[in-house]
Amino acid sequence: MDLAKHWRQKAARYRLEGQRHRVTGDVRFPAQPAIPGEDTDVWEPFVFSGQGEIYSFAVLRQAATGFEQIGPYPVALVKLVEGPLVSAQLTDCAEADLAIGQPVEMVTRRLKDMGEDGLLVYGYKFRPVLR
Amino acid sequence: MHTVFIIGTGTTPVAEHYTRTLTDLALEAFSAALQEVAPAVAPPDIGALYVANALGEALAGQSQLGAFLATATGLAGIEALRVEAAGASGGVALRQAAMAIMAGVHDLVAVIGVEKVTDKLDPEVEAGLALATDSDFEAEQGLTLTAQWALLMRRYMHEYGYMADAFAPFPVNAHANAASNPGALYRFAINADKYRKAGQVASPLNMLDCSSLADGAAVLLLASERRARELGLPTIQIAASALATDTHALHARRDLLWLDAVQQSATTALRQANLTHADIDVLELTDPHGIAAALALEASGFVERGTAPRHAADGGITPTGATPLATGGGYKARGDIGGASGVYQVVELVRQLRGTAGAAQVKDAQVAFAQCLGGVGATAVTHILVNTER
Repeated sequence: MDLAKHWRQKAARYRLEGQRHRVTGDVRFPAQPAIPGEDTDVWEPFVFSGQGEIYSFAVLRQAATGFEQIGPYPVALVKLVEGPLVSAQLTDCAEADLAIGQPVEMVTRRLKDMGEDGLLVYGYKFRPVLR
Repeated sequence: MHTVFIIGTGTTPVAEHYTRTLTDLALEAFSAALQEVAPAVAPPDIGALYVANALGEALAGQSQLGAFLATATGLAGIEALRVEAAGASGGVALRQAAMAIMAGVHDLVAVIGVEKVTDKLDPEVEAGLALATDSDFEAEQGLTLTAQWALLMRRYMHEYGYMADAFAPFPVNAHANAASNPGALYRFAINADKYRKAGQVASPLNMLDCSSLADGAAVLLLASERRARELGLPTIQIAASALATDTHALHARRDLLWLDAVQQSATTALRQANLTHADIDVLELTDPHGIAAALALEASGFVERGTAPRHAADGGITPTGATPLATGGGYKARGDIGGASGVYQVVELVRQLRGTAGAAQVKDAQVAFAQCLGGVGATAVTHILVNTER
């Protein structure tokens, strides 16, 4: 039932935790292991603010298994204020209200319902910033 | 290094083959290819079998397709393997097969591209295709492969100032060409007005700008130059073969509207063949959506960044244009056959180079460019084919 698969991602899913390079200050999301030739500890954990803007968006009417119940639903590439792009669903919004450049913020929501005996997977989505 | 020739081809129609198994489809295409080269070539001449398939586990419930289809096609015992690189499986398998000949390990091999997808319902098919995205950070967020292309299309429209219907010329051309291809999934024409009125699938992508996944099989028989000449079949040469890779995840790329792996594989292939863009007479690209064709045309160097929709609107991609595209219908109208698509592409280009492509024949086509992508260009394979006899 993919229990460990989802548990492993808890820092990213619940806190939007990525990494910062100790030397250059570059930040990235999601976290990745150091590649051969890099010091293994050169990337340190870094929690993003969750603030960003819509870089691009689409509204899906054909969903994959596990997402059929929530459609149609908007997805986006969100450009975080710290720089990286994140792929995520948008929530608390209507399609007509969406635009590239619109400010959004991270919230924690249910991502996926894996059925009666399965997991309820939670994680980040983004919503338009409340004014 | 040995030179590689394509000596035989075969396909099944692309369709929802509800009465037929993966084996039935592979056998039909394989038999058609054998018939093309009979009696010069018989099954015992085949040294190895390369199976291109992307979704065997997810949608057809079968793995180890190399051995499986070697047995089914009467080649039991020979070297056989399955190659998987999502939508690029066909091109990668062709490259693996060609390299075996280049290296002198084999001198006659078969490539079978086959996909059986219609046993599953839409959500499972979408999930299967989404395996080509980043599992943890795209698919688990609800993104699909179609969603990735839709995100790129919206951004492209924003950066270059296009409306969605600027992409209509791509499916309109694909459907016009498919109308005369008896093996195509959708053998009818559409027009820009129908495109504008089509329902949304993954806005801004609408139904007439999204390919359908369907069942089918396509086969190529390859031989070394020496063997091809012995057999009297040395016509279509593989003049170049190049593969490059990029990230699965869109969010990990520096420049989303530039397909790095496409650029790299296209540039390398043209250099290998010692040809320029102007030498290419006819193309096959991964074109399930207009945006996919546009980004591939640009990154391959056929047109400038941001200009592909205008190029298409000016007739540049029709059989009489500068870059004839999707002459058999492309992914959109011939149909998307998953891991077999890259093999179908090459069969169509061989028809073009032989001058047997019917109504969508490009006049005097001698050099062809085949490129297929896994995911949104995480894998990009380019082959250049040259007719050495015309």
